[in-house]
Amino acid sequence: MKETKILMGMTVTVEIADIGAGEADINAVFDYFNHVDEKFSTYKATSEITKLNKGLLTKNELSQEMCAVLEMCAETKNLTDGYFDITRPDGTLDPSGLVKGWAIQNAADIIKNRGFENYYIDAGGDVQVSGVSGDGRPWKIGIRNPFNPEQEIVKVVSVRDAGMATSGTYARGQHIYNPHHKKSEIKDIVSLTVVGPNIYEADRFATAAFAMGKRGIDFIENLAGFEGYMIDQAGIATMTSGFTQYTHA
Amino acid sequence: MKKLTLSLFVIVTFAGFGLYRWLQTSTEVVILVTPEPTQSSLPTPYPTAKPSPTVTPSAGATPPPRPTATPTPVITPKKLGQYVDGQYTGSVADAYYGNIQVRATIQNGLITDVVFLQYPNDRSTSREINGQAMPMLRQEAIQAQSANVHIVSGATDSSGAFRESLASALAKAQ
Repeated sequence: MKETKILMGMTVTVEIADIGAGEADINAVFDYFNHVDEKFSTYKATSEITKLNKGLLTKNELSQEMCAVLEMCAETKNLTDGYFDITRPDGTLDPSGLVKGWAIQNAADIIKNRGFENYYIDAGGDVQVSGVSGDGRPWKIGIRNPFNPEQEIVKVVSVRDAGMATSGTYARGQHIYNPHHKKSEIKDIVSLTVVGPNIYEADRFATAAFAMGKRGIDFIENLAGFEGYMIDQAGIATMTSGFTQYTHA
Repeated sequence: MKKLTLSLFVIVTFAGFGLYRWLQTSTEVVILVTPEPTQSSLPTPYPTAKPSPTVTPSAGATPPPRPTATPTPVITPKKLGQYVDGQYTGSVADAYYGNIQVRATIQNGLITDVVFLQYPNDRSTSREINGQAMPMLRQEAIQAQSANVHIVSGATDSSGAFRESLASALAKAQ
């Protein structure tokens, strides 16, 4: 049972390999994503985050969900030496960098709590995987070629019970400069994929590590339980020391 | 004078670090952060500064592949007086796997402490780099693979989080 919808401005695919999965199971996931979007979308005038940013809500009036998310954002900022920061230059908050992974994780729990073991949720290229695919083998995930994103994948990994997120920019001509050496352009990274225990963890650390530039892969190397695959401007990939455990299918 | 001493110090430190990286195959390397004595009028002959930090790669540490690393030539200062007491933070230098920045403490004209504010393990603590093997990260040129997969992971260019995060990092660096 597999279904794809456009939600929150991205393609969301849910596949449950277990026998007995039905429309209601998959719709429960889509409904949840809609709920998250209503609450956390900074593009919606009625969302809670927009109201908070407009000063229409005080901290005491925030929902438990919002409080939890803001707390996780603060914790993530702390864990990443400030590289993960939801505060915009104008002072408003945009927690979407964390909400996406968190929502995928919660959606996966919804499927799990309905008694399923073998499924995945893919929301805009960030994936939570559980169990195995319909043929009994691990789910295979391809890493998109950042230089040819429509056409190609450049790496195939097999994971079970893990989260995998890719941060990056495929916009050609966009360069990143070492903030400490602004005059010397560096061949910086275009794509950083992180595999972790779940998509919430993988996504938030992928976001932060990408902003670190080439040092990002070292940050992932030093995180226990996480592996990464970084692609730089020259098309050279650098992988963490344990990454190959996922490439031997 | 302060600037000159500081910059000379930083150069010597980085030269030492470069040598350390170059000499990682040897069993033990010690970086001596020692200013060059040139003024004969100094009452105490240099170096008396504590050699800090001491770099001792662990026995099992294998040198990582470092195709672009070359030892920095040691620049000997031509003239150097006594350091002015205080704490000085060096500039940030790119060390291939990351940045390096040090802070030196001068007491009674001598270097009494050197703290690594940044070094290539991305830990902004004063932990010494003793035996901390650099990550051995494999590299490969990317190649198109069979598209026989269930899922594709990739970034969407509309990732607002990425732009926010990067902007915040750049703002911090200014």
